[in-house]
Amino acid sequence: MVKRDSMRLWSVLVVVIVAIVLAWPFTGVLNLGLDLRGGAHIVLQAVGTPDNPVTEDSIDRLLAVIRNRVDQYGVAEPLIQKSGQNRVIVDLPGIQDPQAALELIGKTANLEFREVVSASESTPPAPRRENYRDLDDEQFAVYQKRWEDAAAFAENAKEEFEKRLDSVPGGIVSMADVESSRDGTRRYYLLGPSLVGGKDLVDAKPHYDNIGRMGVSLKFNSDGAKLFETATMNNVGKQIAIVLDGVTVSAPVVQERIAGGEAQITGSFSSDEASRLSIMLRAGALPVAVEFAENRSVGPSLGADSIKSGIEAGLIGAVMVLIFMMLFYMLRGLAANVALSVTMLLVFAGMVALKATLTLPGIAGIVLTLGMAVDGNVLIYERIKEELRAGKTPVAALDAGFRKAFVTIFDSNFTTLIAAVVLFYFGSGPVRGFGVTLSIGIVASVFSNIVVTRVILLMFMRKSGAKPAAVKH
Amino acid sequence: MKFSINFMKYRKIFLTISAVLMAGSLLFLLIRGLNLSIDFTGGNVIQVELSKNEKISVGDVREVVDTVFQGNSMIQEFGDTAFIIRTQDDGDDARIKMLNALKMKYPEMEILGLEKVGPVVGAELRHEAYVGMVIALVAILLYITFRFQFRFAVVSVMALVHDTVLVLGAFSLAGMEVNTSFIAAILTVVGYSINATIIILDRIRENWKDLPTKRIVQLVNDSTNQTLSRTINTTLTTICPVIALFVWGGPVLSSFSFALLIGLIVGTYSSICISTSLLCEWWLKRPISGK
Repeated sequence: MVKRDSMRLWSVLVVVIVAIVLAWPFTGVLNLGLDLRGGAHIVLQAVGTPDNPVTEDSIDRLLAVIRNRVDQYGVAEPLIQKSGQNRVIVDLPGIQDPQAALELIGKTANLEFREVVSASESTPPAPRRENYRDLDDEQFAVYQKRWEDAAAFAENAKEEFEKRLDSVPGGIVSMADVESSRDGTRRYYLLGPSLVGGKDLVDAKPHYDNIGRMGVSLKFNSDGAKLFETATMNNVGKQIAIVLDGVTVSAPVVQERIAGGEAQITGSFSSDEASRLSIMLRAGALPVAVEFAENRSVGPSLGADSIKSGIEAGLIGAVMVLIFMMLFYMLRGLAANVALSVTMLLVFAGMVALKATLTLPGIAGIVLTLGMAVDGNVLIYERIKEELRAGKTPVAALDAGFRKAFVTIFDSNFTTLIAAVVLFYFGSGPVRGFGVTLSIGIVASVFSNIVVTRVILLMFMRKSGAKPAAVKH
Repeated sequence: MKFSINFMKYRKIFLTISAVLMAGSLLFLLIRGLNLSIDFTGGNVIQVELSKNEKISVGDVREVVDTVFQGNSMIQEFGDTAFIIRTQDDGDDARIKMLNALKMKYPEMEILGLEKVGPVVGAELRHEAYVGMVIALVAILLYITFRFQFRFAVVSVMALVHDTVLVLGAFSLAGMEVNTSFIAAILTVVGYSINATIIILDRIRENWKDLPTKRIVQLVNDSTNQTLSRTINTTLTTICPVIALFVWGGPVLSSFSFALLIGLIVGTYSSICISTSLLCEWWLKRPISGK
């Protein structure tokens, strides 16, 4: 018996020391989930077309292009991986502007220069009521109608272009960039075949033109430079459209033949948009179009708030449990509290050892473990009380209490463990983190309940047993 | 035995109360339904802080949001200065348009979080949730059948169904959001409630040898009382942290901790009163010999 007790003591010491070594230096050793550190979790679904189906090769190229874009955007520790047949998961920790990240990753960024065959009239901006305060509703309706007619005219032009498309081999109908017409102006172009494409680019940089507009300057390789030179030579005095993903960004008139393979795109870019577009052009177009199947992004401030409130709730919960146990079970409560601290240490070390990711539900799992962990202690102590009432000596009662409570502790924790493991396997993202901390918490608390508590109680007993002996001397 | 409460004397009352509560919950679920999150329906959720100082009302935000989503959205305050905007529309363009419109009106706008779930992923998450629930319940049922007798397993699973229905009813009543972490909370409640039930059943099993002298009602009642202080103490130690989570855990976790809180209370009640009452009634109607 004594030998087994000292074995227990040593095993507890070894476990605690190993746990401390693993968890050292406690700060910054846990992987934080994106919901806590802030960041974007994006699931892209590749969308094939009959001409361009999704194949293993196109997914591999998709991964490469996205990796390239993300690297150039400057994200630390991104995770980019294939998921299933046609999905790509992109995790970007620490992103400040989640919407910008989405635009960076999801845009195909297929750049082309095309000859403008025909262009519709641009519809004027839609009339806004606040600009016509002096008019009554009836008069305003006239303006409104006039604009609607103009808009319908543009739509007619679109239909007409679509009919003419057959006579333009390789041509497309393209709408002018909506971003540049936030007020609702619309314009359509009938465009000829692609003259030069993004694949012949060697560099793209954000750039200010001579009147201070933001744009992107392009540099072609020698093939591209030749094609561009021919294209400009053949279209002097005519418009060439700069088309990005099928949308006409701008359609400048060619003044002269341009040699040397350099060009500028100007449109209505903000400086962020210009630098994103540059990155996309440098990294290349996506080989297949993608859709966002899922996106969960958390800004850094919300993540920090979550950590703060999670820790706060955890501490308050812990203090409540500690006080409760002390009030209810006195000295044994103290033992339970020490065991609880060991449980928390083990959970922490377990997370580190398994390289598990801590998420917000994961923190909730730890907080819940705080409450459930002392359950084992309660079971054991209630048993010991019963055994004492039945007239056993303290040491015998302790032994019987632990022995009889063990089966119950095992049974009851096993069912919670079933639920936790199911959550781990079937949950996704943050919920999975809950399954992880709950599972680790259950295992750690069973160990603390039946081994750590026992060792501490025996130490208490030996001390109180030694005292009367000392008095006798 | 210090004191003893004659729980089993009131078993019919307990069963009646629970039957009424369950019927009420089912009625709520039928009429009001559940507020399913975009995890299951697909859609967009945007958390934005529009201004640090200026007090902005939900109505102000709705005005802007409606220009894009035409009333097809839910806007809620989030924390002190932020808003959550939920739409069933999972389009990316509409979201960008709305964010642009908000940014025009509130230049200080900061995006706290964006969530978008497409219809395919929504269906997958729904499927995962069902499969997870079923597997967990079957595994627990098997385990109890293996460890105890079949009747024990049946009454504990009935208690679980009771707990789950009541939590769902509470969510329907409160209009709180049901998302993937709600499933986690329900499974935890299931694990926890069965845990409490098991401890009582375990004691019944231990006292089973006294059945001839004590009769079933007395035996169940004694077992419930013998484990009562454990049941109550454990519930208290678990509920304390859950209350802390609910109150201080921040808005992201509120529906999760609400489910846990309701579940723990209902689960403890069902362990003490419902599974035991069911066991008694079943036995009185149809006693089985042997174990």
